Amino acid sequence: MTNHEKTSVSRRTFVKGSALAGLGAAAMGTASLFGCAPAAESTGELADTGEAVADTIVWTHCAVNCGSCCALQCHVQDGEIKYVESDNTGSAELGEPQLRACLRGRSIRRWLQSPDRLNKPLKRVGKRGEGKFEEISWEEALDTIASEMKRIRETYGDEAMTSHYSSGVCQGQVQANPVKRLLNLTGGFLNYYGSYSSAHISAAGTYTYGGGTYGSSFLTIQPGQLVVLFGDSPADTRMGGGGHTHDFAYIRETTDCRVITIDPRMTDTTCGQGGEWIPIRPGTDGALCAALAYEIINNGWADEEFLHTYCVGYDEETLPESAKGKNASYKDYILGTGPDATPKTPAWAAAITLIPEQRIIDLAREMHESDPVYIGQGYGPQRRANGEITARAIMVLPQLLGQIGKPGMNDGRREGCASVGLGMLPTGENPVTTNIPTFEWPNAILHGEELTALNAGVQGADKMSSSIKFIWNYAGNCLTNQHSDINLTHDILADESLVEFIVTSEVFMTDSAKYSDIIIPDLTSQEQISISSDGYSDNMIAVIFGAPVYEPKFERRGIYEVCADLAERLGVGDEFTEGKTREDWLREIYDEARTANAEKGMDMPTWDEGYAMGVWKMKPEPIVKLADFVEDPVANALPTPSGKIEIYSETLAGFEATWELAEDEVVTALPIYDPGFLGYEACTEEYPLQITGFHYKAHTHSSYANNEVIQTAAQHVAWVNPVDAEARGIKDGDTIRVFNDCGEIRIEAKVTPRVIPGNVSIPQGMWHDADMAGDRVDHGGCINTLTKYRPTPLAKANPQHSNIGQIAKA
Amino acid sequence: MTQYGFHFDGTRCTGCKTCVLACKDKNDLANDINFRNIHEYGGGDWTQDAAGCWTNDAFVYHVSVACNHCDKPICMANCPQGAISKDEETGEVKSDPETCIGCGTCMNSCPYGAPKVDAEQMKSVKCNMCADRVAAGAQPICVEACPLRALDFGDIADLRAKYGDLSEIAPLPAASETEPNLVITAPVNGKPVDDKSGALLNPREIL
Repeated sequence: MTNHEKTSVSRRTFVKGSALAGLGAAAMGTASLFGCAPAAESTGELADTGEAVADTIVWTHCAVNCGSCCALQCHVQDGEIKYVESDNTGSAELGEPQLRACLRGRSIRRWLQSPDRLNKPLKRVGKRGEGKFEEISWEEALDTIASEMKRIRETYGDEAMTSHYSSGVCQGQVQANPVKRLLNLTGGFLNYYGSYSSAHISAAGTYTYGGGTYGSSFLTIQPGQLVVLFGDSPADTRMGGGGHTHDFAYIRETTDCRVITIDPRMTDTTCGQGGEWIPIRPGTDGALCAALAYEIINNGWADEEFLHTYCVGYDEETLPESAKGKNASYKDYILGTGPDATPKTPAWAAAITLIPEQRIIDLAREMHESDPVYIGQGYGPQRRANGEITARAIMVLPQLLGQIGKPGMNDGRREGCASVGLGMLPTGENPVTTNIPTFEWPNAILHGEELTALNAGVQGADKMSSSIKFIWNYAGNCLTNQHSDINLTHDILADESLVEFIVTSEVFMTDSAKYSDIIIPDLTSQEQISISSDGYSDNMIAVIFGAPVYEPKFERRGIYEVCADLAERLGVGDEFTEGKTREDWLREIYDEARTANAEKGMDMPTWDEGYAMGVWKMKPEPIVKLADFVEDPVANALPTPSGKIEIYSETLAGFEATWELAEDEVVTALPIYDPGFLGYEACTEEYPLQITGFHYKAHTHSSYANNEVIQTAAQHVAWVNPVDAEARGIKDGDTIRVFNDCGEIRIEAKVTPRVIPGNVSIPQGMWHDADMAGDRVDHGGCINTLTKYRPTPLAKANPQHSNIGQIAKA
Repeated sequence: MTQYGFHFDGTRCTGCKTCVLACKDKNDLANDINFRNIHEYGGGDWTQDAAGCWTNDAFVYHVSVACNHCDKPICMANCPQGAISKDEETGEVKSDPETCIGCGTCMNSCPYGAPKVDAEQMKSVKCNMCADRVAAGAQPICVEACPLRALDFGDIADLRAKYGDLSEIAPLPAASETEPNLVITAPVNGKPVDDKSGALLNPREIL
């Protein structure tokens, strides 16, 4: 009996006489509009065609790293999906939780059925990166992987082994964990911390609040209040119907709150829904914050009682002893009595941000006058060379105003989210403690032995003991496409003397997969038993119970079973499986969460009941972040060194004194404005434009970017302001060259008033497509052909939006 | 007879195109054919002041529209084969594939661009208000798909009672042309149907 046959599919999938019978049952609360619903159910015939059809409806979930995770009901006939519905259980009213898939999930059928899917194990036959492969047997693939794992570990040590950062088509409770479990059982592997998404704000959260990137729920927003979002667009980045796009739409409509978004682009969150867009020059949010602080302090609007009770470093009085007597407070920095002797006036900030002085003055007043005021940020401002310090600068605003800890307030971090608390397939203990920033991996390949705590943020050890020699890339496109400077990374990976073996588990031949020595064809989450929580959401916690939509096709295999086979070859078979199947682990994970949640009074269904339902969901209480701390700052002290909110961080002052930093790399105790490298000041006559990426509806990072049906409906285009387009003779729809010192891409121009002049915005995630042995011009339009590989000062993370360049008609 | 129609709420729509793709999946449409389209309408100018700062009066909103199963369907009036009719029970505007010769007159006549010619079948194809689903008591798949519940469907009289009488907005045509069974809740920054201050910003995505 196979794993799949042992699953609970038979208990929850059902065959109806008609697709429509299922529809009728599912459309709760909807009257039978044509008044003839029962006919379809009783006859088993389609009302309009008379054609008898038998559908099996199988619940599963979309599984990419968009931040949401939506339910899918697949209508299956003869082992193929015919079409997809989403969550239609419960009320369809706005505000009621339904895990409605976005355009990507709705297009999953063609993506799963693509003729480009990987079907058999492949072995590299050309040079690495050339993309030449031949089919091999699973036996040969697994034997090769096992022997290379053994050889490289024995030759270079455990730290030479890595499971590469990934977030591809693998969301759920398993992800790359079988690979990590296998690596741990055979000696361990080099750890990484942080992500390409939020490493900078994560560091900012750590040194300000003691950890965490999330603040209060949107759903705490009060009637008529002001909401100020820095680089945060739930309509672009949290698109699932159960996610923040829905929660924000609901709260806007029901509270009539006033929304201001500060962003280089007019996002989909600020179109017909109302609200105001304040365009800002990319990377200068910190300067805007400083000027707002200037207005707040100068006008006497700073909440001194809050600052003195809850914060460190606002003024001389609240500075730690080590910093006293040096004019080192935040107030000194803002008012110009600090070391730089520059008052951070609105006029000063206007020249940097390109926001008119009066608008800055007015914004400060509006923030002061709204009580409460919700101030938050997305991940755009932080994904830059100056990302950590910018994220901290935004967090100071609600601290100055004392707008933290009550409904309608937010602490300057990203909107809050509830969680059901499902665990992951356990990876076991890693005997290796060395932990490097995710983005440092190319340096760890080139000269791992030179990376230290002081020059590269190495944690868990003072330094690395070896360079990376083995990479397992599970469901990830971060070797090239979603990393930085593809042309540089190509050269690093193509050098077979550096990394000696790369294995990739994938469903498509991604650009990253081309750099593999062995590629093994994976099953998607929809093709296996898979449970998942619902992703980032305010107003629901949910579990989706996914069954395999059809039996595995071709020679595709699930990662758990593959790693179990490898564990057997490496002599740790029993330790790996503990006698359990993938389903057994998932049941265990689910039951643990169910038991833990029952103690909190939550009534989750049993596994079998869940599988009969397809999706289980409930509405949690909205989160008011730091409410307990504000209530009692002594009993509920923050996990910072001082126990308080640290505007001034002694820890960072220590880093400033000891870390090895270049001249243009700033790590400092206060959240000052620092332009960072490759900001607007770096622009030249040759490269006068800033080039920034953004999350786009047509793909989640690079997932779904090869699904043509979405790309024709939502095209891959570079946003160019008419001012910049006209100056270069570029018209809407022209193919343009976008180029800088890193490389060149070709992409269609969208000439639009929705982007600030001087900035070209390009959706991130499109697949790189260049002749790497020839001119290397990327006709796919992947922005990471243009992004610099240089870790940021504090988090050692990706400065993905810090780029300069030029555009021209192709 | 009950005339059915759609409601579109421009204050909720973010232009995400989930309605478009749900429809394409359900109806297995070719990549270059949409039965429902999202129009991105906008405009505005940018001005730089003496300090180098930018001000603008840019505006953008989205309008989702499919076949409006009009009361005066111009596609029906112009079809040289008489292949297009209005369903007596539901008001659906439908084309008879037996009679249709795929000449494209309907496609070229419709001011909403609703009918298309399927190049393979050489037949007119378009939104049929998901008659099969609706008959079974469900909503059309676009309505049920919208993450923000910006679409509704039902008896047009009920929709008008609930949402009002607006049935035209830029960049759609004047309602008087075909009398569409469409109710619009205008986006906060919606412009009147004869507005000339903006333009269609995504012409190549309208399929």
